[in-house]
Amino acid sequence: MIKIKYSALAFLGLVMVFTGCNDAGKSSNGALSSSAAEKVYVAPGEQDEFYAFLSGGYSGNLTVYGLPSGRMFKEIPVFSQFPTSGYGYSEETKPMLNTSFGFVPWDDSHHPDISQTNGELDGRWIFINGNNTPRIARISLSTFETEEIMEIPNSAGNHSSSFITENTEYVVAGTRFSVPVPQRDMPINEYKGNFKGALSFISVAPDDGRLNLEFQVLMPGFNYDLSHPGRGKSHGWFFFSTYNTEEANSLLEVMASQNDKDFIAAINWKKIEEYVKNGGGTKMPANYAHNVYDEETHTGTSTMKKEVITVDPTKIPGSVYFLPTPKSPHGCDVDPTGQYIIGSGKLSADITVHSFDKMLAAIEGEKFDGEAYGIPILKFEEVLAGTVKSGGLGPLHTEFDGQGNAYTTFFISSEVVKWNVGSWEVIDRKPTYYSVGHLMIPGGNSRKPFGKYVVAMNKITKDRYLPTGPEMEHSAQIYDISGEKMELIYDFPTHGEPHYAAGCPAELLAPKSQKIYRLDENKHPYATPTPDKARVERTGNEVHVYMSTIRSHFTPDNIEGIKVGDKVYFHITNHEQDFDVPHGFSIIGQNTSEILVMPGQTKTSVWEPKKVGVWPFYCTDFCSALHQEMQGYVRVSPANSNIELSWTLGE
Amino acid sequence: MKSILKSMALLFSLLLISCGGKEEKKEGFSVDRSKAPEQTSEVSSETNDVPASQRITLDEKGVGQIKEITLDPQIDTEMAAAGEAIFKTNCTACHKIDKRFIGPSPRGILERRSPEWIMNMILDPKLMTEQDRCAKDLLIEFNGAAMANQNLTVEETRSILEYYRTL
Repeated sequence: MIKIKYSALAFLGLVMVFTGCNDAGKSSNGALSSSAAEKVYVAPGEQDEFYAFLSGGYSGNLTVYGLPSGRMFKEIPVFSQFPTSGYGYSEETKPMLNTSFGFVPWDDSHHPDISQTNGELDGRWIFINGNNTPRIARISLSTFETEEIMEIPNSAGNHSSSFITENTEYVVAGTRFSVPVPQRDMPINEYKGNFKGALSFISVAPDDGRLNLEFQVLMPGFNYDLSHPGRGKSHGWFFFSTYNTEEANSLLEVMASQNDKDFIAAINWKKIEEYVKNGGGTKMPANYAHNVYDEETHTGTSTMKKEVITVDPTKIPGSVYFLPTPKSPHGCDVDPTGQYIIGSGKLSADITVHSFDKMLAAIEGEKFDGEAYGIPILKFEEVLAGTVKSGGLGPLHTEFDGQGNAYTTFFISSEVVKWNVGSWEVIDRKPTYYSVGHLMIPGGNSRKPFGKYVVAMNKITKDRYLPTGPEMEHSAQIYDISGEKMELIYDFPTHGEPHYAAGCPAELLAPKSQKIYRLDENKHPYATPTPDKARVERTGNEVHVYMSTIRSHFTPDNIEGIKVGDKVYFHITNHEQDFDVPHGFSIIGQNTSEILVMPGQTKTSVWEPKKVGVWPFYCTDFCSALHQEMQGYVRVSPANSNIELSWTLGE
Repeated sequence: MKSILKSMALLFSLLLISCGGKEEKKEGFSVDRSKAPEQTSEVSSETNDVPASQRITLDEKGVGQIKEITLDPQIDTEMAAAGEAIFKTNCTACHKIDKRFIGPSPRGILERRSPEWIMNMILDPKLMTEQDRCAKDLLIEFNGAAMANQNLTVEETRSILEYYRTL
């Protein structure tokens, strides 16, 4: 009898298994109809759902991709010369790369952030930091051009940047390397107690986005690694992760990992802002470049600024606190509600979450655990909201989906871990390929994330693509996060080394993306407004060629009377008024680069002829069926010749 | 040997001197430059006998947003002046009044084309060269140099038309 019972049970079990199998079969059919391929496939002629802006790292630029297709649309030159468009080579854009160190044609771009209003993406501008020669850039999201670059004085290794407050009041730039402030000749090993870490607050004008360095908070000489603004209830605060609270100046690999806990610095910027508005702070002599590109003159100008306001935070009670955070925290991320501050101890297995409410209570209750250089250290247990026991290793960065979940990358164990904000329980984990750094969910660091995809940006590519020699582009993976479990749906190479990225829905930007510059609004001083104004003028050995282009000829296209030793400025005005019809200009022996001139724009290329002869120039952008005919000649005569300046077209 | 070298050098420097200044004008190579008779098939209509630029197509309104306009017998001089300014900025790179250039001269165009056709051609040259027979033939006659869309408004285009009436 008992035997029968068992077999009946076994039978029942089998039935269940089979029924279960049928169900599984059905759902897998369902999955088939929404396969990974279909999820990322954007059919020819159709457009992506999201823009993604990935930093270029050592390319110094910013690249624009579509999600979910992973197609790259554009590389926006920011801190690096870019021969493709002539950025940093043309006379108009050279000033954009001016610094107090002179012309610096490269940087290491790290953390893009899109402007926000009320904590939500507003799609006006995107900001990005230059890490090496500290700079912050503002890029227009209608022209997709770099409009402004501000150098940051008293800073070095501009890494905890460029993050914006929730109404774009400030773009914030923190120093990774502390340095003597002001810079001076002193022994390196006297670092401890003497070096300073400057946290810079740069205001953004609401109408035109113009930047102004309002004040710098001079903090103890730690390394300020990453930062994020408070939002919602914590708006008015800014949080910076630190490492090297040991203040080591050598072999940091070992010496900066001695303390069990470093800090997250909580800065009450509203309090400091008020202090500065009331005349607080010290005016310090400085020298830093402020470069602005004017869309109407199509020209950048560089101005050297000579003064900065520095603030000693210990003079403003209640303005700065330290939150102890284990194991050299790297990422410092704030959830959409503004309640939780996530510190990822990069040498840890766990993620530390601080509570903003508890922090306020601990401040109120003076729950201090000593101080560092006069700055109160809050008791760890008093501010801790919870710990995510992930089982991974090397947490770095966290983004949010707006559904109460967080996604953290783990560098050492190469994975993305999804966890619940509040219960701190791990929900899912998926491998990345390989060694993931940052990740990005469109709007994932704002009050309103668009939690459909997460992009993981990796540091190591290895076998993901066909090998291309020792150096390969970095890999990125796209995961569908619309369900309970993450699903890896695509893998694509990225340009340079993307650190952070920012994304937003396509409809926020696409409708206002600029198509042309209006010719009748061109205020360039060397513009050729109408073809009959095309001419060549000489002042000494400086020659200015006012030239216009339209499909498919230059006006003028024959120039004589140029001499060896002249400095010839070709000011090219593109008379096209149609979308996507740039013309290029290049001339043999050009020591700069070609220039690509957008419809209605004027750009200038300098040419210094060194050899007698008749030298051709041509259009570099295949502009029409007669593109190959778009060419001209410059006759270069010996320095002492007396050939008169002349210019013609069609004669 | 040395003297030979010296005289060679002298010869060369003389040659170099003669290189400066104006060069002797040389005729280009000669070929029969008359155009090969085009093998036009029977498909071609009667219009092929006359070059598109000479054809009179006043009944054709072209393809585009301008369906019907009526011209006042009196020329609006103010509008024509505005049109002239726009023409100068946006059109003179390719169209000269006194000669055929990249494209045809607009002089006398109203004797050959309807006002609607002219405006449609300015407003959307791509659509016209794709769908209008005369515009297509003009593109071929003018060497394949596609007319640029200058993104003008209907009002701006209308003023250019008024300017054409004064030519």
